Amino acid sequence: MRIVVAMKQVPDTTDVRIDEERGTLVREGVPAIMNPFDAYALEEGLRWRDALGWPVIALTMGPPQAMEMLREAVSIGADEALLLSDRAFAGADTWATAHTIASAVEKLGDVAMVLTGKQAIDGDTAQTGPGIAAALDWPQLTFVGRVSEVAGDHVTVERYVEGGCEVLRCPLPALLTILKDANVPRMPSIRGKMKARKMEIPVWGLEELGLEEGEVGLEGSPTRVVRIRTPEMRGGGEIHEGEPEELARLLADRLLGEREPS
Amino acid sequence: MDYYLSEELREIRDLCAQIADEVVRPAREDLDRENRFPTEIMRVFAESDLFRIYIPEEHDGLGLGVLALCVATEEISKVCGGVAVCYAANALGAMPILLSGNEEQKKRYLPLLASGEKLAAFGLTEPDAGSDAGAIKTMAIRDEKDGSYVLNGTKQWITNGGEAGIYTVIAVTDPSRGTRGASAFIVEDGTPGFSYGKKEDKMGIRASATRELVFEDCRVPAENLIGKEGMGFIIAMKTLDHSRPGVAAQAVGIAQGALDEALRYASQRKQFGQRIDSFQGIQFMLADMATQVEAARALAYSAARMIDAGARRFEKESAMAKVFASDVAMRVTTDAVQILGGYGYMREYPVEKMMRDAKITQIYEGTNQIQRSVIATALIRETAARGR
Repeated sequence: MRIVVAMKQVPDTTDVRIDEERGTLVREGVPAIMNPFDAYALEEGLRWRDALGWPVIALTMGPPQAMEMLREAVSIGADEALLLSDRAFAGADTWATAHTIASAVEKLGDVAMVLTGKQAIDGDTAQTGPGIAAALDWPQLTFVGRVSEVAGDHVTVERYVEGGCEVLRCPLPALLTILKDANVPRMPSIRGKMKARKMEIPVWGLEELGLEEGEVGLEGSPTRVVRIRTPEMRGGGEIHEGEPEELARLLADRLLGEREPS
Repeated sequence: MDYYLSEELREIRDLCAQIADEVVRPAREDLDRENRFPTEIMRVFAESDLFRIYIPEEHDGLGLGVLALCVATEEISKVCGGVAVCYAANALGAMPILLSGNEEQKKRYLPLLASGEKLAAFGLTEPDAGSDAGAIKTMAIRDEKDGSYVLNGTKQWITNGGEAGIYTVIAVTDPSRGTRGASAFIVEDGTPGFSYGKKEDKMGIRASATRELVFEDCRVPAENLIGKEGMGFIIAMKTLDHSRPGVAAQAVGIAQGALDEALRYASQRKQFGQRIDSFQGIQFMLADMATQVEAARALAYSAARMIDAGARRFEKESAMAKVFASDVAMRVTTDAVQILGGYGYMREYPVEKMMRDAKITQIYEGTNQIQRSVIATALIRETAARGR
């Protein structure tokens, strides 16, 4: 059995620029980091690796520079890494991405769990994790705040939902999206860094995955981004100070004044 | 300045900087105020292999030597000199075993220290034996029946005291032979007759634990004698010669941390309508601080490199690095407090702590006066040798 942590390399800022024509994010010139939420998925994988001995494979789909993030995952403790990279994968929406990653999970075989962060901080869709589960026809456990048990054939989790917590038991294999409540990610180690520097990380493309161009990348993406833009900044509020009575009058005058301009 | 560190050393530097920033920085103020040992941070250091750096590969270490230890200590010290000494004192405690231990002792203890499962401490100083280390009174009497030793006496101001699992202790086995009558022993925490005195309330490096080690008829097995009887003082001096570049690195780190704070503050603080780093008075201070820190670093790294390269004698260079870097740390942290002015004097800003932390580097592991004696003795000896 093994654990796959599906991760994403993202721009190191939430203030990323947008290419309005192509409807995509502009990544050039922005430092790339491991999606912060994925660090919790990795840590959860490593915890259960430490407990059960199941190796952890860090996996990502992305351009060649995403290799750097995989090396970071290895320096933190991932046993292996795998990069899915091909020109044909470019421009993928969450459906095509999930389909591509699911194909890799199938090809790897013997995978008990796929773990992801709850969402990526660039696209913020939170769709790719569930999409992988759908493509694999596996059960999915989203918003997992605690993984309380992983046994040979099932997993028990606490799912943090609005207003409460669901305790769910689910057969394996399954896909889990992990919240930051689940753990505190460990630091890289010196041995991990040395291992990461020397590791030959395999790259799988269209051919290795046995996929057709029409089912991946922009071509395989049913979603079309019609328009993407930065919302207009709202005007700033006004702050008034004074006695309650005086302030109430001011407010009433303003509201009435706006309704009935004289 | 670029010291052209190897890729491994750069990795260690970057990792230590990351850990210092993400793990040590948020905790340092509380640790300092509460005089609290950073057990949790030591666990993170252990998991990140920081205790493996200076231990040979055959004993589960990384075998990267004194320079690597200095680089790691410096990075941690930039953020907290107190946490850094909790870390570096392990190397000091391990050094007698590393340098003079037999294969059995190395096999038994070094892997425990490499993994961080046990911390180490070094016990030399006593109430009446500070700079005059030869005046130690702790006795180790050999029991002729089984060769074991019975220890009696008190060690004072022992860093990591009470926190460490493994202690290397210097005690007198033959009082008639003076410094040649001292021997080094490995004493494990929990040995009957071995207890700890009060935890000291210190001016600086308050995250570190400083305690007395109390030996009352404490029986240590024969196999825990390091080297031979009578080698204790030589082992202690060799240990300190190896560890002083680490103190220098700690001092460099503290000074750099204070300089960074001063630079940041001076670029933001406005007086007379201008940033204060536009004033020549401040600029000259910053320039002198940076130059001194760089010179101290160069000396510390050079001494460490000399040791790693296998030099036969290096007590002079080791002492020079320690004395220079610690004096720099005191001056630079004092100037940093000056640049921050009233804010610098307040606990809310980190530089007053750095100034308190810096002071100990002029005192421990041989006062700076003793270092100067070591340097002068070496100079005189070298001159005499040349004249022959």
